Amino acid sequence: MKPSLGVRLDALARRLTPFGLTLLLVVFNLVPLHIPGYDQIVPLLPLIAVYHWTFHRSELMPAYAVFVIGLLQDSLTGAPIGINAVVFLIVHGATLSQRRFLAGKSFAMFWLVFALVAAGAMATSWILVCAYNLALVEPRALIFQYLLTTGIFPILAWFFLRWQRAILRPE
Amino acid sequence: MLLGKADVVMMERLRAHVTDAVAPILDALSRPVATASEMVDQVRELARLRVENSRLREDKARLLQWQAVARRLETENKALQSLLNFVPGPKASFVTARVIADSGGVFANSLVVNAGSRVGIAKGQTVITGDGLVGRIAGVGVRSARILLTSDLNSRIPVLVGPTRIRAILAGDNSNRPHLIHLPAGVSVSPGDRVVTSGHGGAFPPDLPIGAVTSVGDGGIEIRPFVKRHRLEYVRVIDFGLAGLGPGPAIGGGGPATHGPENGKTVP
Repeated sequence: MKPSLGVRLDALARRLTPFGLTLLLVVFNLVPLHIPGYDQIVPLLPLIAVYHWTFHRSELMPAYAVFVIGLLQDSLTGAPIGINAVVFLIVHGATLSQRRFLAGKSFAMFWLVFALVAAGAMATSWILVCAYNLALVEPRALIFQYLLTTGIFPILAWFFLRWQRAILRPE
Repeated sequence: MLLGKADVVMMERLRAHVTDAVAPILDALSRPVATASEMVDQVRELARLRVENSRLREDKARLLQWQAVARRLETENKALQSLLNFVPGPKASFVTARVIADSGGVFANSLVVNAGSRVGIAKGQTVITGDGLVGRIAGVGVRSARILLTSDLNSRIPVLVGPTRIRAILAGDNSNRPHLIHLPAGVSVSPGDRVVTSGHGGAFPPDLPIGAVTSVGDGGIEIRPFVKRHRLEYVRVIDFGLAGLGPGPAIGGGGPATHGPENGKTVP
């Protein structure tokens, strides 16, 4: 028996939430928090979302969605268009390749792999930005940005896991 | 990315449209945050009310003296101007806008404000606060505009340094300490020297305060901007009626593409 339209719409809406949440994080990332020095070390929240959803529900975070998220990030932050799109896609690909390795591992391992992936992503974007501008960009702030992103990861990941259980119940 | 380098106009338009579309959300999101940070500030102020009060009293006495001096100079200035048949520059008009987005980090240094071409903001206009220069408008949508900060990697501003008004270029590097480049040989700059816009090149009017020199060393001459970025909530976008953003030779001793907005596209 085919489920009714309402049920199907409900399922679709639930399946769109990982993408929607990530878009929301991109926007939320830009809100001026009026904290001294924060502008230098603002964490890259969408990166966490891309990693988390690619690992846990890769069918809900396909490559084209990742690309759109990256483009939005670039358009809104004023970074050269395409840089974050490329970096997010690399994270997406790297995570997909590590899925089998990570399956069934502890949360600490999940976090550690994120730290590695994020380090790679940050380094890549730094190289891309330097190449794009043909100038050496001061990398000091980038390290703090990386540490903050990695530090915030457990909080966001915990929230996503709860979300997954409550909203995206396994079919 | 390569496309972005090849077709700047298209990419800028895309960016403006996307920013426009998200502007209302950002606007709504930034309000409660601003309110919360104001409340924190108020509590903090309450704690040092007495100290603040005595400091303000001293300030007031000092400023009253300055006011007297300023009044005298103003009348003197008027008298001299009429003596010389001085032609005043064009009158500036301004728009006050709220900062709704701050993209920090290493890769871009820009702010977005909630006013755009609908209220007359155009590319190249100067953005200031009471403290000094913030930057200039780098992209405009219908209801949002992007500000290129003085600390941005792409920002190059002709400036004058110190009491002897040494010419130099202020270059951003995406950190919060922009530095001076292209100083003439044999001049000395010391910490504490004020840096103001020079007005050369016509992108900015002259004598807008930017910051003070903090350190002079092998790593270059660093500037601490007067404008505190985390305090920016409202900024003033000023139309000085400057036509200096057209194509033309870059000034400042051959610095990298000085001001011509992205290589000579004039603002319509």
